[in-house]
Amino acid sequence: MQTAEQTLEEILTLAAAHFKVQREKLSPDADFFKALGIDSLQTLDLLTRLENHFHVELPDYELQGVTDFRTLAGKIQARL
Amino acid sequence: MEVAEGTVLSVEQFKGQALSWQIQGGVIEVSLHREPCNELGSLSLLELEKFASALDDLEEDAHALILSSELKCGFCAGADLRELYERSLSMGKTEAARGVRDFLERIHHVLNRIDAAPLTTIAAVHGVTFGGGFELALVCDLIIADKMARFCFPELRLGLIPGFGGIPRLKRDLGNAVVRDLLLTGRSFNATKAQQIGLVSQVVAEGESLRAARATAAQMGKFDRQTAIAAKQFIKPIPAVELQKEIDIFCELFSRSAVQAGLKKFVESTDARPYLP
Repeated sequence: MQTAEQTLEEILTLAAAHFKVQREKLSPDADFFKALGIDSLQTLDLLTRLENHFHVELPDYELQGVTDFRTLAGKIQARL
Repeated sequence: MEVAEGTVLSVEQFKGQALSWQIQGGVIEVSLHREPCNELGSLSLLELEKFASALDDLEEDAHALILSSELKCGFCAGADLRELYERSLSMGKTEAARGVRDFLERIHHVLNRIDAAPLTTIAAVHGVTFGGGFELALVCDLIIADKMARFCFPELRLGLIPGFGGIPRLKRDLGNAVVRDLLLTGRSFNATKAQQIGLVSQVVAEGESLRAARATAAQMGKFDRQTAIAAKQFIKPIPAVELQKEIDIFCELFSRSAVQAGLKKFVESTDARPYLP
């Protein structure tokens, strides 16, 4: 099974590529709403992309209060 | 040729503010295009009613119907909650309740008409397919989803149940345990999950749902139409009693102050995540 760090790195790479942000500008503890400049519909898009990428199901209520990439990675890691 | 919005060019072609339709090769294509994400309000309802009226003539020359969205955000984000809230503010409680019931009766009439159409109907969905948008897709015989489609019944977050026929149609198509999960958690789920539970017939690559729906519709054209109509009548009954019950329960719930508070919170939210729970 992949490590939490690998999961985090894959999330950052995927988010940077899809939302056209330089990977280097995304830090693990950054607020992904601000860092990616995304709204709620785009957040759902990101969630779907992550579910498809990691082949997991992540109920959106688990994202309540989650704003940074590291916590998001933890939520996904728990379902791998 | 540039065509003005709201123009009925002929019964075979219409371009409105919320939707357009055309028929080609025996396939009626209805496309939704009302910004921001095809919210279903009074304008959409009027144009859906126009379509339902035209369907009597259109279906003479058609064997299939495809519903899709032209907007990037998705298929449809559901009922127009802003319009619903603003209208209810400008009316007394009784008048608002009557207005909601009237809207529901009218949209049920349209959706039942499409549901029972003697055509093979396909919803080609992508992105957000929430609430009333999900219910619109459920009217169709088949749902073809691109892998970025996302489904949800978020109504419980507002203190409501789905009001456009979603529960009876879900119960018709899926097991009750799945229905309870989707409805009572209000969680959204992706196309892969939707296919696993039997809701979606095909999952295709991003941006490919309309193409796949057209290919499926073309295949349907090879079959004897009367056989297809007989088969559909046998396997897809309209759950009329439950649909009426749903309207009654929705209207009962709508009159509660908790719903007004929920709508207010959604409409006035500056939260970046009003579509998240």
